[in-house]
Amino acid sequence: MAKNKTSNGLSERTSDIILVVITAIVLFIVAYPLYYVLIASFSNPYDVYAGKTFLLPSGFTLEGFKAVFADANIPTGYLNSIKYTVIGTVFSVTMLYITAYPLAQKELPGRKALSMFFIITMYFGGGLVPTYLIVKQTGLINNMWALFLPGGVGVGNMIIVRNYFQNSIPHELIEASEIDGCSKLRTFLRIVIPLSMPIMAVMVVFSMVAYWNDWFTALIYLTGAEKAPLPLVLRNVLIRSSVSAAQASTISGGYAELNKITEMIKFSSIIVAAAPMLIIYPFVQKYFEKGFMAGAVKG
Amino acid sequence: MQATKANTAPRRRKSLGRRIADNWQLYLLLLIPVVLTIVYKYIPMYGIQIAFRDYKASRGIVGSKWVGLEWFDRFFTAPTCGRMIKNTILLSLFSLLWGFPVPIILSLCINQLRFPRYKRVVQTVLYAPHFISIMVVCGMIRIFLSPSGGLINLMLGTKIDFMTESSAFRTIYIASGIWQDAGWGCIIYLATLSNVDISLYEAAKVDGASMFQRILNVDVPALLPMAILNLIMSAGSLMNVGFEKVFLLQTDLNKATSDVIAVYVYQQGIENAKYSYSTAVGLFNTAVNLILLFVVNTIASKTSEVNFV
Repeated sequence: MAKNKTSNGLSERTSDIILVVITAIVLFIVAYPLYYVLIASFSNPYDVYAGKTFLLPSGFTLEGFKAVFADANIPTGYLNSIKYTVIGTVFSVTMLYITAYPLAQKELPGRKALSMFFIITMYFGGGLVPTYLIVKQTGLINNMWALFLPGGVGVGNMIIVRNYFQNSIPHELIEASEIDGCSKLRTFLRIVIPLSMPIMAVMVVFSMVAYWNDWFTALIYLTGAEKAPLPLVLRNVLIRSSVSAAQASTISGGYAELNKITEMIKFSSIIVAAAPMLIIYPFVQKYFEKGFMAGAVKG
Repeated sequence: MQATKANTAPRRRKSLGRRIADNWQLYLLLLIPVVLTIVYKYIPMYGIQIAFRDYKASRGIVGSKWVGLEWFDRFFTAPTCGRMIKNTILLSLFSLLWGFPVPIILSLCINQLRFPRYKRVVQTVLYAPHFISIMVVCGMIRIFLSPSGGLINLMLGTKIDFMTESSAFRTIYIASGIWQDAGWGCIIYLATLSNVDISLYEAAKVDGASMFQRILNVDVPALLPMAILNLIMSAGSLMNVGFEKVFLLQTDLNKATSDVIAVYVYQQGIENAKYSYSTAVGLFNTAVNLILLFVVNTIASKTSEVNFV
């Protein structure tokens, strides 16, 4: 009888309702801006401008998306971003793995010193200009590898992967494999990597997101416009509000119309740039917490 | 045969040379990461000395003339120096003060939700903004705040140009930061809460504790060590403002509050190619950070058992 009543009189049901209301408000605050951009991107721009699209789209047009892709730089930027994301992710995750695995072996001589060697770079670095000068000296200006090599090993993620190896892969399995005559490298490739798929999924997504969204490294090192990744290309329209001649020509109407159309192009650009990652991450979401937990606890 | 013998007999320690030789494949794996780290992390550290030299590319680092503290002098006497230091510290400090409690409160609420499907939806949606480029987020901010046809002005019925108001800059920066990262910040706390022993909740229920009391007496103590650790870590990087966002939201008219050291380092170093000067300013920033990190770590290890460096 008294099961649902608690000492201060607030029933479990009431508490549940309060929590749902709070989280629903937060949910709305987070989701609404994205929802608004989405409906505005294909609504009639005049209605958007007049504030008629707060909750529901008004009219339907793909002019914005057409205009986005009318600027030849954007398809190029899209392809560049895909290329950088794929190559960068393969490179970064490989680096994480080949660094984390040796450092996870407790019996490796020099393990502590080697770990320290990497961890120091988390707290202290050369800074922007000295790094820039080295990248320049190693001939990477306007070379795609400038996006990958200076980042080298992502030390924070490397520690998570290392802890995962230590905590979640049974040590007996590795010993058994070595007793069976597998070399350390073979054990790594055949036993450890297949058993580490949850953490690999997390790292692949982290890495993809980082490369897909990066524009600052490209701004510094990739001087040629034809090499710019998508977010850097979008800087012109999103930040500087400047629309290319090719985009403007898709719009009928005079210069006065341009302002409203520019806003429409912005909405569409945002969807175009944000959609891929927003579609991908829910698939690996269940691994985030598990991966973090296994990686955050020290072994 | 050898293996069984080694297992039964007490383990004899192999010689160091032997152990290194046994692991040669592991060292080989480490080769590329070590080389990359030396070239792109350690050599730039050596390059910091150009902060004390008048660096000329033709003369190289060591060949360039030693000028001592001249560049630091120039920075500290620059008219905008005080403003930049103040803006950098205030922007980080306010971000920390406003941003730090939000993920904690959110994860306390989410953790107690008893409808698994709804809980999953909440988590998925809350993580979403973290996966969007800062470029895109800044684009959204500018659209929403636009004086003509921007969402905020439409709702308020006003025509304020927020991007040119220096008094609005910090609020814009901090609010959008919370919007983008608070949800993602919950992960580590939710993971911690998922490890709380269920019998504690059962015991609390038997004792007649309400949900609010369970949060206060079971969840909050469970989160506290992680929260303190997080707070310390953030305090140790107080001078690291989110450079990219400031850079993209800065306008000529909001500079009174948006002028920060990191943007200045970029403009002087990369845009104006004043390599030595920019390095000196960057080094000052790093030095303050390191001191803060050291101080905070010392306080933390004195007051608790937490030691993270």
